[in-house]
Amino acid sequence: MAQVSSTADEQAPNLLSTSKSVLLKISRFNPESDDSSKFMEFSIPYQKWTTVLEAILDVKKHFDHSVAVRYSCRQATCGSCGMLINGKPRLACFTKISELDSDVVTVEPMNNFPVIRDLAVRFEKLFDKHQKIKPYVIRDDTELESDQREFLQSPEEVEQYIQFANCIKCGLCNSACPTMATDSSFVGPQALAQAYRYVADSRDKGNDDRLNIIDESHGIWRCHFAGSCSQVCPKGVDPAMGIQFLRGYLLGFRN
Amino acid sequence: MKESTIMKIHYGTALASVGLVAVHILMRLTTGFADSLSYENVLANYRSVPYVIMLELILILLAVHGFNGLRVILLELKQGRVYEKAISYGCVVGMMILIGYGSRTIIMTNMGMV
Repeated sequence: MAQVSSTADEQAPNLLSTSKSVLLKISRFNPESDDSSKFMEFSIPYQKWTTVLEAILDVKKHFDHSVAVRYSCRQATCGSCGMLINGKPRLACFTKISELDSDVVTVEPMNNFPVIRDLAVRFEKLFDKHQKIKPYVIRDDTELESDQREFLQSPEEVEQYIQFANCIKCGLCNSACPTMATDSSFVGPQALAQAYRYVADSRDKGNDDRLNIIDESHGIWRCHFAGSCSQVCPKGVDPAMGIQFLRGYLLGFRN
Repeated sequence: MKESTIMKIHYGTALASVGLVAVHILMRLTTGFADSLSYENVLANYRSVPYVIMLELILILLAVHGFNGLRVILLELKQGRVYEKAISYGCVVGMMILIGYGSRTIIMTNMGMV
């Protein structure tokens, strides 16, 4: 693939006029035809509020519509636009160019995920592992029966897990995890944090089931507590803490 | 065996090893160099039954902890059903050989066969 250098001001006069511009380097890779990834470079004007996703969409609109990127909500809710931005896993829609404090912005697909094309990666494994830990409240009874009331919780009980319920399944934690880089069978911080979310839920009765699932040779014990998962989470979830709490259950320190 | 049971053994052997190796090192430090590490004195140490029991315990604890650590490292390095079984059984066999050979040395020295 040929490397492209272009100036937005020359080729796309309808872009926002600004004195600031940034060199956006986009990783291009098609596993069906390319042996390795290459970077394409674009000079993009930006404002204080311009996000990396908007810059990529500018490129798609004005220079090269074939750049593959997954996005949807543009407000850090859907978890679709995770990518490596200047080497760190971030949401493109939640990262302003002005906050990166750099004249060059490099965007690459997330680590530890198979690449579909360019910046889009496959999420199947993430969702499979998420599904494996049974991410739902397990009970024998149901609140749907007419004589039953809803399952009430105190604010303290909600506090035990609510942080972990904010996970948007963007995969940034799995991308940052050093264990996932070498152990493809590792459950991963996303699924483990969600396992804790349900184990800590006072309504849930499936703890034994769930703890058995993560108590295997590529389960919770392979976490080295690097903590990078917690550093990159855009929603403030702390998977590393959840994993330590889960270990507490398995070691008998917590009930 | 459940992974949590294996890891409890892993952590337990680590803690116990730290304690016993500390006693072992303190015993070396409380005597002079010649008294501690001269050939005759090293052999004489093996005649003391409590000391021999401690050495045997250190051998077992470090072998169990070390080979499980090796198993974990190798499991993270590569995945696959056959590979993982080979690693797990290989580490158990390696651990038994090391404990067997070390115990043989300790027992032979204790009985004055060296």
